[in-house]
This record gives sequence, structure tokens and C-alpha cells, in this order.
Amino acid sequence: MALDQSFVGRSYPPTEPYEVGREKIREFAEAVGDPNPAYTDPEAAKALGHTDLIAPPTFVFAITFKAAGDVVADPQLGLDYSRVVHRDQKFAFSRPVRAGDRLTVTSTIVEIKSLAGNDVIDVRGDVHDEAGEHVVTAWTKLVARAAEEA
Amino acid sequence: MTAKIGYDDVEVGTELPAQSFPVTRATLVQYAGASGDFNPIHWNEKFAKEVGLPDVIAHGMFTMAEAVRVVTDWVGDPAAVVEYGVRFTKPVVVPNDDEGALIEVSAKVAAKLDDHQVRVDLTATSAGQKVLGLSRAVVRLA
Repeated sequence: MALDQSFVGRSYPPTEPYEVGREKIREFAEAVGDPNPAYTDPEAAKALGHTDLIAPPTFVFAITFKAAGDVVADPQLGLDYSRVVHRDQKFAFSRPVRAGDRLTVTSTIVEIKSLAGNDVIDVRGDVHDEAGEHVVTAWTKLVARAAEEA
Repeated sequence: MTAKIGYDDVEVGTELPAQSFPVTRATLVQYAGASGDFNPIHWNEKFAKEVGLPDVIAHGMFTMAEAVRVVTDWVGDPAAVVEYGVRFTKPVVVPNDDEGALIEVSAKVAAKLDDHQVRVDLTATSAGQKVLGLSRAVVRLA
């Protein structure tokens, strides 16, 4: 069944703030095996002109994906989440995420379409800091594969 | 922000140093914990096969994180990345052995843009298959 097109353009209220911790950045950098000292050593980050540790570019996905998940789990939308795969991901940064940031995500459904029986949904997450300044926008495209014939 | 690479020092076609990134089941468990993505297709072979996958697969976001290291290592300051986007075209299949899988990434400058920015196009393969498509980063150089 086709998804409800009236959801296109809908925005959801901002999430509760996520506080970015130094140890969480370090844990993420270690998990992806990235030795860049800007992720682990505040002095190295400062030498690059930052006020504290910065996070790897894809770190913020954990925050935006949770917000997008709350959107696509809306029962009124009717997406079969068990059949969802991640198709595309894009980020556009105003500045890097850094330790001490308190980030909120405002999610908007940008596009819903049906392609060969698959449902495609594109969610934009606008991430702002405590001062209301834009940090990064994430676009997440999910595809719910068509159910097989019974 | 202090990019190590100068805008005037690159031209369209400039190649970034290519890198290979190993990934084992242990890597995936560690990434699941760090990222909060505990989808069992990334650590449970039985579950992965039940949903039609050949085996456990790496998180797409793990592959995306590895690929951009070619860019951030080149430029020095990760904050130089202005935009970064990929399409997940094929899964990285991670067998349950000591070797796991290898993600091989190459990249080159595809366009010079305004404001000291360049577009870098990335190629990521694993087991001879392209695993990322439309993989592009916009980076601000010195």
C-alpha cells in the first residue's frame, strides 16, 4: 500500500538536547579506528583552531537517525520498518560537532515516493546547538522493500 | 581551521592517498556499541541469513565513516569537510574469521569550486564490488 503523501513537508518538534561528551567522541573514533588526534586530544584540537575535541563527520548520524526513526515509526505513516534499508546519507556542515555541544534535531519529511513497489522516504534532520545556531543538516533516505508475494 | 592542503596546490584529477580498512566481526560489535545501531544484521549470522543476506554485513555508516578518512587524513583538519554524501549500493559482507573483510578506498579531486572548496569523489570497494555510489565530499582547503 502506498504511503500517505500528506506527510510530505511535515516537520516534527525538536528533540530533547543531546549532550556530546568527550568520551563518547573518543569511543566513536576508536570504533572506526581513526587516530586523528582532533578526536581524542583537546590540545591537538585547539592547535587546529577548535575550542574542544571535534567529532568525526559521521558521528552525528547516531543523533539524527534516532530522530528520523521516531518520525518513520509514526504509525499513521504506515512504513513497515522491518523491511527498511538505508539507501543514501548526506551531511552538510556549518561547523563540526564538538564536545560540550547540546544538540537538538528537527526532522522534516522531504519526500515520499513509490519505486517499483518499494517505498522510499527521505528525512531531513536539521541540527542546532544550544544557542540556536545551525551545526549540520543530515539527509537520510530509507527504502522499505516491497513485501514478497504470499 | 587549518587544512594542510592548499587550494592552489591541487587540480582536477589530483589523487588522494588511497587506503584500505579491515573490518572483522569484532569491529562491527565495537561500532554497534559506539554508534548505538544494534541491528542484528550486523552481528547475528542466523538473523542476517533469515532476512536474505549472504552473511553478516557491515553498517553502511561504518563504511561511510571509513571512506571519509581518506579525505580527513589528506586535509588534516576534519572540520574542513563541508559536505559528505554517499549511496549504499552493495553491502560489505563480513565473514566470521580472523581476516574479515577489507574496504578499499580511493579518491580524487573532481572539481574546483568557489571559496577554496573542492569536490572529492570517492570510490569504495570490498571483495571487488563497489559498495558506495555517488560518494562525494566537498572540502575547504587552505
